[in-house]
Amino acid sequence: MAELEAVIGLEIHVQLATKTKMFCGCELSFGDEPNVHTCPVCLAHPGVLPVPNEQAIRYALQIGAALNCEIAPRSIFHRKNYFYPDSPKAYQISQYDIPICGAGRLGDVRIHRAHLEEDAAKMVHVGSSGRIHGSGASLVDFNRGGTPLVEIVTEPDLRGAAEAAEWARLLRETVRQLGVSDVNMEEGSLRVDANVSVRPAGSEELGTKTELKNMNSFRFLQRGIEAELARQRELVEAGGTVTQETLHFDPASGTLTPLRSKEEAHDYRYFPEPDLVPIVPTEEMLREAREALPELPVARIERYEGMGLASDVALTLATDPETADYFEQVAEAADGVEPKVVANWVTGELAAALRQAEVESASGSKVSPDALANLVRLVQEKKISHGSGKTVLAALVEEGGEPEAIVEREGLAQMSDSGELEAIVEKAMAENADAVEKIREGNGKAIGAIVGAVMRETKGRADGGEVNRLIRERL
Amino acid sequence: MIDRDQVLHVAKLARLRLSEAEMEKMVGELSGILEHVDRIGNLDLEGVEPTSHVVALENVLRADEPRPSLPRDAALASAPEPEEGAFRVPSPQAE
Amino acid sequence: MTNLLDLTALAAHEAMVAGDLSAAEYTAAWREAAAGDELNAYLWLDQGGEEASAIAVERDCIAPIAVKDIFCTEGVPTTAGSRILEGYRPPYTSTAVRKLIEAGAPVLGKTNMDEFAMGSSNENSAYGPVLNPWDRERVPGGSSGGSAAVVAGGLAPWSIGTDTGGSIRQPAAFCGIVGLKPTYGAISRYGMIAFASSLDQCGPLTRTVSDAALLLGILQGHDPCDSTSVGLEGGVSLPDREDLSGLRFGVPEQLAGDDLDAGVRDVFEATLKRIQDLGGELIDVSLPSAEHGISAYYVIAPAEASSNLARYDGVRYGMRKGGDGDLIEMYETTRSEGFGAEVKRRIMLGTYALSSGYYEAYYGQAQKVRTRIAEDFAKAFAGVDFVVTPTAPSVAFRLGEKTDDPLAMYLNDFFTVPMSLAGIPAISIPAGLAEPEGGGRQLPVGFQIAAPAFAEQRLLDAAYALEQGIGFDARPGGSDG
Repeated sequence: MAELEAVIGLEIHVQLATKTKMFCGCELSFGDEPNVHTCPVCLAHPGVLPVPNEQAIRYALQIGAALNCEIAPRSIFHRKNYFYPDSPKAYQISQYDIPICGAGRLGDVRIHRAHLEEDAAKMVHVGSSGRIHGSGASLVDFNRGGTPLVEIVTEPDLRGAAEAAEWARLLRETVRQLGVSDVNMEEGSLRVDANVSVRPAGSEELGTKTELKNMNSFRFLQRGIEAELARQRELVEAGGTVTQETLHFDPASGTLTPLRSKEEAHDYRYFPEPDLVPIVPTEEMLREAREALPELPVARIERYEGMGLASDVALTLATDPETADYFEQVAEAADGVEPKVVANWVTGELAAALRQAEVESASGSKVSPDALANLVRLVQEKKISHGSGKTVLAALVEEGGEPEAIVEREGLAQMSDSGELEAIVEKAMAENADAVEKIREGNGKAIGAIVGAVMRETKGRADGGEVNRLIRERL
Repeated sequence: MIDRDQVLHVAKLARLRLSEAEMEKMVGELSGILEHVDRIGNLDLEGVEPTSHVVALENVLRADEPRPSLPRDAALASAPEPEEGAFRVPSPQAE
Repeated sequence: MTNLLDLTALAAHEAMVAGDLSAAEYTAAWREAAAGDELNAYLWLDQGGEEASAIAVERDCIAPIAVKDIFCTEGVPTTAGSRILEGYRPPYTSTAVRKLIEAGAPVLGKTNMDEFAMGSSNENSAYGPVLNPWDRERVPGGSSGGSAAVVAGGLAPWSIGTDTGGSIRQPAAFCGIVGLKPTYGAISRYGMIAFASSLDQCGPLTRTVSDAALLLGILQGHDPCDSTSVGLEGGVSLPDREDLSGLRFGVPEQLAGDDLDAGVRDVFEATLKRIQDLGGELIDVSLPSAEHGISAYYVIAPAEASSNLARYDGVRYGMRKGGDGDLIEMYETTRSEGFGAEVKRRIMLGTYALSSGYYEAYYGQAQKVRTRIAEDFAKAFAGVDFVVTPTAPSVAFRLGEKTDDPLAMYLNDFFTVPMSLAGIPAISIPAGLAEPEGGGRQLPVGFQIAAPAFAEQRLLDAAYALEQGIGFDARPGGSDG
């Protein structure tokens, strides 16, 4: 059988961090007592009408701009009709065939569309209350009901579980940096569902897809997709066919179970929402959306790679804008040093030193960009050894200040007196005659013992490369 | 025009339960109405835009400023079964 | 001393402002009259208790008013004529009623209506039919039957109702009073229990055109709580036109009606002649799609209604039945026991029209017919100032006469539905009396005038002049009906 390739698309719900709900002025809630943020509108009392939140529209336009989406010149709301206690109007106001954002792209994945809608309320299951025929009950809390959501749907461009999780992380970081949402998967302000199918490699047709829900971390997202791909592969290779269904991920067991449908597939009976008028983004609104964008991860990664940074280092910095800005300040101050060297210090040595000292961030630490720049230059110019550099860095993290002062205080200046160094090298060679013998016999690694002896004697102040050279000279 | 199965399906979508007598009546009445309404199916309306909005308004929006919510007891005042500050409802059929 | 109750709302208002009439005395007289309701027109009366405190006026200088029970009034029972909202007291007040209260118009009571505004006879109320003050064996029209009956029957000086396909104009015609459906968007719908969102409008039911103008002026306006509300630019002035000279009245061939009762036709023709006598010009116009109005309306309105009424599910307010079963049982039992037959019928019709596979053929097609109807009116108004038709095909029919045939009932709306679909304003004024088919006491006949969107002022001016010219002064008189 031909090899099967994975075809994955993601459906992402982003809860917007506006002050009020999508269609009424109730405040958004964070773990408050049930039903303290409700009003006749979001409780769907008779006679109420929705009025859209201006900020939600703006945030949606910003998301669209960040995802390079075509913005619809005119979009409308639709009613999506279905009965469930978490949907008080028995319809959700959403967007159907004319969403506010159309085709776009983020990194390697194409965006199909992004649209605005309102969130459902929360239902908490409670046990049956002792009623004879009771099958249990739920308690409905409408605090969350009506929270603005942007739903983003990708094209099925992803080809693996790890790739999907990584792209989801990129999306999350991109939206986070816009400042329009907390995008916290554990809290529910970011929800990612996956549509998964397999097909013979090279085929253009799409296989039957299943929908995976309830994966509330990137790890679970990856695991869930992996599990489903494995299941589908096994099924198809055994000659079976995949049924279209919705699968619910159970974090405890890491498995997917089909959601037994409460009824046949929903017929949502979409029709244009008569209580709302069209959204026609003005030139000003579009311009403001574009101008509100900070430099987003994808753009920053490209810029850093252009400066010579390795992709993984660029990615690390792009997902941490504060540290990235810090890096840029250091790079500018360390004029003459290659940016990639600076970046490696920031994401490598500095990050480790901060972790060790339990300091939150570079920008919040006592290490000023200028100080780090000077330190890096000192090492590059071989005025101190790399090892000494790390020592100085630890001191900077602890007390701040300038590296030169610390070098002087600790006596860490690299040995510049070659005569003194030569004498130490000769002494070490004399004391390690057997190592010298081994080197002459062809065992190059034996030089380490001599280098080690020299380093101990010089307390690490000698430049390792120079020591090697002096030893070889005297062989 | 519309048969019993279709009526049953529609009733389910609308969460209505019809008795046998009601069902029979409904089939007849809906068929009669649909027969009349179906006339519009014969009209040539090629190229006509369906009306989706009656007033020619756009961008009617609300500033993102909080307005007072209902006090909780007012919100629950009409609830058929309030419980622990929430609205109690039966569960869907056991899954 | 003039009987206080004979004063029009306008006359009373002017007298109160001039200090010639005590508002308290005037309102008290009306409360007493309202308490004598034998027409089943009121579902709730303000007895002066605590209940009505949330909707009490601070200063009283406008005639007290009856409010159709479709308008939410905080703390006061609001049923929309349905069992499913029996006992329901809204936590807020509709904008229309709030404006009345702020203007100083006390609420006399909530009037009976066809359930969820679905009906043309007020026989679909869960609380019993309303009786026509002209003949208590006949219907007052619907769905604002209660609002019309109280004005015609001396139980309120004026009232507000709602009109979706004719529900103000037709009962006004059957009861011999004035009923106005304003332009869609003139008055806020916030707090008006929704039937068909793109068609519903609040409007006045009054004794005179001037009263209607006064009331419209209070109610109109953009409301931030209603995205579809625009208001009337320039507000509304009291009409004062003397005649109809210089005005052109379009008579549409498609709405001249082959199915008119003879008596209604006679009054219609006589009124057309009256228009000419007053200097108006009659011009034949064509509204080719108007005859399909009923078909389009009975797809669009039920479709929107099926969605608007889905919230009556027993979860958050109103009736709940079958709560000991599972969720679906609760939904089905609540809705099946809470809704009447007509409401169920329209929910079924609407759900079907929106359902998968049928949307384009029904809802999609109906919305196209609607566009055509709007275009027809626009073209006609290029050559005339108004379009005129009979308001209803007959005079008030007998209770029970049309309840077995839903379609026959729907055809009552033949003349009124096109204006609703086009969103344009239309008024019905009493134009004469006619004998019903089959004989009997003469009953009022309404004459409908429609105008372009937002042309309410011109419409009221013309209606006023015609009203003066007609001089309709018949009254229901006595309780012999």
